[in-house]
Amino acid sequence: MAVKTVIEAIREGMDEEMARDESVFLIGEDVGNRGGVFLASDGLYKKYGELRVIDSPLAESCIVGVAIGAAVNGMRPIAEIQFADFIAPAMNQIIEEAARFSYRTAGDFNLPMVIRAPWGGGVHGALYHSQSIEATFSHIPGLKVVAPGTPADAKGLLKAAIRDPDPVLYLEHKRTYRLVKGEVPDGDRVVPIGKADLKRVGTDLSLIAYGLMLTYCLEAAEKLAADGVSAEVLDLRTIKPIDQAAIVATARKTGKVLVVHEDNRFAGIAAEVMAIIMENAFDALDAPVMRLTGPDVPAMPFNHVLEDAFMPNVEKILAKAKELAAY
Amino acid sequence: MASVKMPQLGESITEGTIARWLKQPGDQVKKYEGLVEVITDKVNAEVPAPLAGILKEIKVKEGTTVTVGTEIAVIEESVPATAAPPTPRSPKEGGEVAIAAPAAAPQSVPSVPAGEGQGEGPESRTRLSPAVRALIEEHRISDAELSGITGSGIAGRISKKDIEDFVAKRAQPATANGEQRQATAPAAATAAPTPGTTIPLSPMRRAIATNMLKSKQTIPHAWTVAEVDMTSVVRFRQKAKDGFKLREGIDLTFVPIIVKAVVEGLKAVPVLNASWSEQGVVLHKDINIGVAVSVDDGLIVPVVHQADRMSISGLAKAIDDLAKRARAGKLGIPDVQGGTFTVNNPGTFGTILSYSIIAPPQAGILAMDAIVKRPVVVEGDAIAVRSMMNLCLSFDHRVLDGVSAARFLQGVRRWLEGFSEQVPLY
Repeated sequence: MAVKTVIEAIREGMDEEMARDESVFLIGEDVGNRGGVFLASDGLYKKYGELRVIDSPLAESCIVGVAIGAAVNGMRPIAEIQFADFIAPAMNQIIEEAARFSYRTAGDFNLPMVIRAPWGGGVHGALYHSQSIEATFSHIPGLKVVAPGTPADAKGLLKAAIRDPDPVLYLEHKRTYRLVKGEVPDGDRVVPIGKADLKRVGTDLSLIAYGLMLTYCLEAAEKLAADGVSAEVLDLRTIKPIDQAAIVATARKTGKVLVVHEDNRFAGIAAEVMAIIMENAFDALDAPVMRLTGPDVPAMPFNHVLEDAFMPNVEKILAKAKELAAY
Repeated sequence: MASVKMPQLGESITEGTIARWLKQPGDQVKKYEGLVEVITDKVNAEVPAPLAGILKEIKVKEGTTVTVGTEIAVIEESVPATAAPPTPRSPKEGGEVAIAAPAAAPQSVPSVPAGEGQGEGPESRTRLSPAVRALIEEHRISDAELSGITGSGIAGRISKKDIEDFVAKRAQPATANGEQRQATAPAAATAAPTPGTTIPLSPMRRAIATNMLKSKQTIPHAWTVAEVDMTSVVRFRQKAKDGFKLREGIDLTFVPIIVKAVVEGLKAVPVLNASWSEQGVVLHKDINIGVAVSVDDGLIVPVVHQADRMSISGLAKAIDDLAKRARAGKLGIPDVQGGTFTVNNPGTFGTILSYSIIAPPQAGILAMDAIVKRPVVVEGDAIAVRSMMNLCLSFDHRVLDGVSAARFLQGVRRWLEGFSEQVPLY
């Protein structure tokens, strides 16, 4: 085991899968010679050549459309959207085609493809480089959505996504790329899609999060422990299909749950998690299920102060968790 | 109108009992003037008025216990520079109405909030979460038992934890009774026990119960005893006590001498002046010695802060002052907080071996047992009459091991046995 960053884990995951399976290839803007704007594919162009690491035109509809065509023909494409914010031009390909292809063909065809999209704020990226898109795509049946928060999960879930027979939207949080470091197990370790992970065990309340917010929740839990509050942290890892059993188990255990995400509040993932808890763990609740989310404003602001106001952070989580603990 | 709330009179204090109202409705109060006396688990305190004005209403009667944050009184702020009473109605409505209104207002105003105030507490207490309801059902908690549970949540809400704590507490005497019943089964079969009297739990009794239970449930106690030859100390005290009384106005007891010895022992073995935490053993910089004082309905442990900076006479004065104030109910919050080690003196009642319970988060407590004259084999295999005392140490075995505990006791013993007139008293 070695300590790696999230971006290193993603690069390694792609490299290993491309070496293992010749049908795996990467397509996206600047992924080739440039190695991707975040250097996720650094070195892969040299190693696997221009036929397997393809620089696309600046057209997301093309990137995803090519990937769909290739997947139908037995390839396993990885389509990189440079920033999740730019995914809108490919909405038609993703929702109308990719998500429904298997259903439309009664299972005769399936699309083993991955769409990688760097998402999230806290990087001073403003309107076009900071958005969260998980709620939008999780609403679409036929799509799987994963959002790892640690290097080990980033690599393991990428492998699972590439090997999955269906389209998977793989969300990698930009802020975690070089911020979050962790042990990555050696060898071919696949993290199954649809399984949440209890990152910290506690008894008084549960924090449920994914992506960057996982790191913040773990920090908050550490501080809560110093105040005598034992917080459990559940990392969803996969947003869809969501791990209902794990959510219900932690809710039943502590009776107090706070869901945290930076995506907008209305109809966000927290709302879904809260509904699952109300449907399945109502009789074990000791407090209203709470959520801490980004606000319902059009986009992440550029102004530093406003960006901080938008983003949930450790202090905000701590304050909300204390409110929950005191209930 | 400003509401006065039950203040938090120290960390971990969750409720307070109104002892005495120092002002009555209608009285003028100055800012910071004493408004009410409050009894808590730990101390009695006078709560000052948060602002100047007229005490409009007392919401909590004397003798009633309420949780921190509960509204206890309403003060009408005094409005500066308004000599004449404000006219509540517009002049259009005529003189009669304008006169009637202020007369009626003072009567009607108190009755409405009084009703609200009574309803507020019980309602938030009875609004039980599903988890709490399930636990009540599971553990067959009666309404009477429920009303005895102190809610630790917002506005006194009973939380899941409160119920779990209650169930844990309730289980203890029940098991003990169960065993007892088994042992005396034949007798019990013939005669049902006559019901006894229940003494209501005072805040202090309850606090002692909670702390002792917590200590025994969380701290793995270990216990060890050292036998100390106190002959030198006894002789010294005999000689010095009259002069001391004359000079200081208080009696020279054994307690400050033992506390001094304990301070020396803790300096040599700092790991006993410490606290357990999941992050590690916290070594305390200050040596703050709690001295157990028995009071009317229980026990209180005021703290001599920075005892390592005091002479024996300084310790004697500090302990005497704390004990007097403890018995008079005049201790302040700082007087009972921050202890790092405790000394207990059951020996005055003639005990010879005492197994004290540690006061969390401290790591140890030392009991002084009775000093008794006994035949002892001394150097040269002679038998001599010596004044002997047992020092019993309970310690948190998570924090330290028997070796350190024994080293501490040995240090204390050597210091006491080596006592001479050269040891400075002042």
